[in-house]
Amino acid sequence: MTTAQMAHPADAPGHEAHGGPGNHDMGEIQAFGFWIYLMSDLIVFSALFATYVVMAHNYAGGPTPKDLFELPAVLVETMLLLTSSAAYGLAMVAMHKGDPRSVRLGLMAAFALGLGFLVMELAEFHHFIGIGAGPDRSGFLSAFFTLVGTHGLHVTFGLLWIVVMLVQLSSKGLTAPVKGRLTRLGMFWHFLDIVWIGVFTVVYLLGVVQ
Amino acid sequence: MFGKLTLAAVPYHDPIVMGAVVGSLLGALAVLGLITYLKKWPYLWCEWLTSVDHKKIGIMYIILSLIMLLRGFSDAIMMRAQQAMAVGASPGFLPPDHFNQVFSAHGTIMILFMAMPFLSGLMNIVIPQQIGARDVAFPFLNAVSLWLSVAGALLVMVSLGVGEFSKAGWSGYTPLTELAYSPDTGVDYWLWSVQISGVGTLLTGINFLVTIIKMRAPGMTLMRMPLFTWTALLTNILIIFAFPMLTAALLMLSLDRYLGMHFFTNDLGGNTMMYINLFWTWGHPEVYIVILPAFGIYSEVVATFSRKRIFGYTSLVYATAVIMFLSFAVWAHHFFTMGTSANVNIFFGISTMVIAIPTGVKVFNWLFTMYKGRVRLTTPMLWTIGFLTTFVLGGLTGVLMSIPPADYVLHNSLFLIAHFHNMLIPGTLFGFLAGFAYWFPKATGFKLDETWGKRSFWCWLIGFYLSFVPLYVLGFMGMPRRMQHYDNPAWQLPLIVAAVGTLIIAAGIGCMLMQLFVSFMNRKANADTTGDPWDGRTLEWATASPPAVYNFAVIPEVHDIDAFWDMKERGLAYARPERYEDIVMPKNSWHGFVLGVVAFVFGFAVIWHIWWLAGATFVGMIAVVTARGCADDLFMVIPAEEVARIEDARVRPALPGSAG
Amino acid sequence: MKRNTASAFAAVLGLCALAALSGCSELALLDPKGPIGEAERRLIFIAFGLMLIVVIPVIVMAVWFPHKYRESNTEAEYAPKWSHSGKIELVMWLIPLVIVILLSTLLWIETHRLDPYKPLAGPDKQLPVEVVSLDWKWLFIYPQQGVAVVNELVFPVGMPLAFDITSDTVMTSFFIPRLGSQIYAMGGMRTKLHLLADTEGEYVGQNQQFSGAGYPDMFFPARAVSQAGFDAWLQKVKASPETLDMARFDELRKPGLAAGPVYFSKIAPGLFEAILGKYDPMTKQGSLQPASHGGHGGHGGQTGSQGHGQ
Repeated sequence: MTTAQMAHPADAPGHEAHGGPGNHDMGEIQAFGFWIYLMSDLIVFSALFATYVVMAHNYAGGPTPKDLFELPAVLVETMLLLTSSAAYGLAMVAMHKGDPRSVRLGLMAAFALGLGFLVMELAEFHHFIGIGAGPDRSGFLSAFFTLVGTHGLHVTFGLLWIVVMLVQLSSKGLTAPVKGRLTRLGMFWHFLDIVWIGVFTVVYLLGVVQ
Repeated sequence: MFGKLTLAAVPYHDPIVMGAVVGSLLGALAVLGLITYLKKWPYLWCEWLTSVDHKKIGIMYIILSLIMLLRGFSDAIMMRAQQAMAVGASPGFLPPDHFNQVFSAHGTIMILFMAMPFLSGLMNIVIPQQIGARDVAFPFLNAVSLWLSVAGALLVMVSLGVGEFSKAGWSGYTPLTELAYSPDTGVDYWLWSVQISGVGTLLTGINFLVTIIKMRAPGMTLMRMPLFTWTALLTNILIIFAFPMLTAALLMLSLDRYLGMHFFTNDLGGNTMMYINLFWTWGHPEVYIVILPAFGIYSEVVATFSRKRIFGYTSLVYATAVIMFLSFAVWAHHFFTMGTSANVNIFFGISTMVIAIPTGVKVFNWLFTMYKGRVRLTTPMLWTIGFLTTFVLGGLTGVLMSIPPADYVLHNSLFLIAHFHNMLIPGTLFGFLAGFAYWFPKATGFKLDETWGKRSFWCWLIGFYLSFVPLYVLGFMGMPRRMQHYDNPAWQLPLIVAAVGTLIIAAGIGCMLMQLFVSFMNRKANADTTGDPWDGRTLEWATASPPAVYNFAVIPEVHDIDAFWDMKERGLAYARPERYEDIVMPKNSWHGFVLGVVAFVFGFAVIWHIWWLAGATFVGMIAVVTARGCADDLFMVIPAEEVARIEDARVRPALPGSAG
Repeated sequence: MKRNTASAFAAVLGLCALAALSGCSELALLDPKGPIGEAERRLIFIAFGLMLIVVIPVIVMAVWFPHKYRESNTEAEYAPKWSHSGKIELVMWLIPLVIVILLSTLLWIETHRLDPYKPLAGPDKQLPVEVVSLDWKWLFIYPQQGVAVVNELVFPVGMPLAFDITSDTVMTSFFIPRLGSQIYAMGGMRTKLHLLADTEGEYVGQNQQFSGAGYPDMFFPARAVSQAGFDAWLQKVKASPETLDMARFDELRKPGLAAGPVYFSKIAPGLFEAILGKYDPMTKQGSLQPASHGGHGGHGGQTGSQGHGQ
């Protein structure tokens, strides 16, 4: 109720168009819509988490988390993803200051760190499959590969999106639509951190501790 | 090169299937030929396929829904005919292979490709107008949703002639749908058609949630929203919470089938029950996703045609919200017989039963809206009264089945089939048909023929009872669902009665088609020039029929639940502003349609393991999305003079007490 | 026109009633042959009656209100602004609430009482039967008697039955309508069901959960016989030369229908546990582990499909 009431004073009196139909603030609407999308994505992840928790012990005689996970490597992965997010945050600060060069630098750093995360994850997958612990080995491994892999796929799309934004940045500069897209990409990139914290805790930490 | 696809995938040897294939192809060719003959391709492309106008998208959704209704209903007739015949040594006319596809397709189509597009269509046509907005929040996303739904539906249709559809039921229970037990492509058709259209539905949910939250006209607080808007809001929340569960469940099943994983297999640590839980955490809210908006339609219809404000608006809103929340806490009533403990069954049984309370309240609200009103028995009103009398019986049998020990004997019997058809046909379909008749003049500019509409209603109602009361009886006779043949001769008579009922429903559908034809031919005589053919109460009746592309030249201000009624009473309904302003509207875009086409080819390629094509189309989808994502020039301006010209051309009725 | 539709409607309801009456003795759930089924029938009747308290007035109002307040009846009161009444709203929340409270109490008591896992007698006073659902037949193992039967269930009348149920194929549901409750059979899982027949006779047993091409033929006779009849039947089973060991079981589990009852006079010890153990999610499967997909390819092939899977 409060959301709606708050929305109105903002767009009811001033009837000038903000670039969209119906005289509503398009930037705000797009950010809200994107946030809702992220929530729905979170539900996909929660279904995958729930399945992982249910199947966490279905080893079918195959390897267990203790046999597989190497926490130091995962910790490095985590740090890469978190610093990538921090770099993105700096890019956003630069965007608000109107400094396209720093935005570009921040985005490039975020991209490089994210790519590092992805490479490490793929190396881990490659290693597991190589020692016969692929996703078809057991219910536990299916759930592991799917949960972690779905996050990885999101990171891949995020990286692609960063590239697209870098291109737009150099061809269009910091226009209003570009700023809006950068904001939404930022929401996406930070969202992937939050999901990863869940993955790190539920999959890796709890897996090794048990 | 073509993966698993060979010429043997076309079922030449089956005259029934080939008849359907040839029929569908001829129909499609006739339509394409007609378009070519009339040289309408440019018009079709510019005005429809690339349109982002919510009203046109809504109309296309409903056309899709009606086509799929015909397909799904043909499946129903085949099932009823088969079961009326296949007793004892008689094999009937459908072999098990085909019969199992028919019931799987029937369920999938009716829920996901008939009810859902119908719902999206009505929301599209009505919601922006009802809240006094010029469009939805994300007009382009809206087109994407439509074309993804079409892509999914097309995959189901293609399965008729290339390969086969799933033989494992619409709910796709594991491990029957696993590769070990269903090695054919049928399950893949089911998986990908549902997955692709499901993504479209999720986008619709996000779109309309944002639209309703953010784009209401000034003055329309939440507790002044029309009830269809309220139910649509709650339905969209349900979509956003429920559809990702389906996406995840289908994703995991796909990984089992494509990459040999073990989520839901019997062996190697799979957990078959996990799928069933995930499926129904989507599946039960899905029931309310299609029923709640129909409740909203009944609320609009009953108030308009009783010429009276809806009774107990506040309790209706709260009742609907309670139903929405409870719908997430009842999923396990779909499998009381899984061997869960008595206490778990009691929890889910009671939470199911509790839903009957707010539902009962709603029924009383509708009844007391008619009380002391002036009831006009138009077609939409007939559907509503037919719903009220029939739906309570479905509610009764539903509460019965919510008692676990009763469910232990009624589960998976024809009683269950009768029960959920008793909820979904009067609850959803009658509601959508009421909405169809109610808002048809708004969308097209002319009313539907009442005589044929009433004929259709009576055929549907009588046919419904004849079809499903025998199924209730058969449930008590112990007949399980999904029987391709049976030995008990006592089951045949009720099944023959049910088959006759289905024929009467077929007559009802015939009357509907006749109604459309007759109304179209008489469209001049039935024209709705005022935009307010029913003496309506809510804002959508303030626009022209059909509305201008921008719906409202001036965004209205809302002071009451029945916003337009209030405006009419105060003589402000058709007031002209002193001057019009420029209006910004979104431009048409080819991206949505192309994305749908590419998604369809992607689905087909994945189903048949044509990996190069799947890869190419996947990259293609990303390319289209990126291209659209980088586009900046998305809006056009309709100049004030143009708006004034359109508005001046509009007929305005003289209102009593209107000062002008 | 209106009268015609009304009489057509009456005719429809009459026909439905006729269909209902066509085989009263055929209404298996309303003519149960054991205490579980009997209790479930009573429960259905009570709940049905309670709900009619709301349903009948609603149907009457739904027809009467639009008739009384039809547009042409200008005599009737018209109150276009009347849209709220505290009294009516209170009643319309309260009546369903009271009925649901009553029904929930009933539900609570009866769900505990009729829990399928609850034994009907002490462990030494009941007949244990192990049930395995296969494509598309039922295997019944009598562990105490050391025999096994395919597609025939025989038991003494009045003897509490304790079923342990699993599946070596997809999910199915074990159900004898005249005796009451059904329960799912699932691979790697043991479900339990307790039933009792108090009248001698042959009842229909069936699979209530769609399980593929042979599903409509998954019926079996469930015969409640006297103790003497049961002993005589056991002798007949024991006269069979067949032994059910793992090898024979693997043959049995291949997709297909069983022509009639098949008797096994001897069973390999721990067979039921071994079948359950095949799908143990934690440990590696034993020797019974089928070749992951090939073993079941017949599921599709069986029905003469186009055989994409091959």
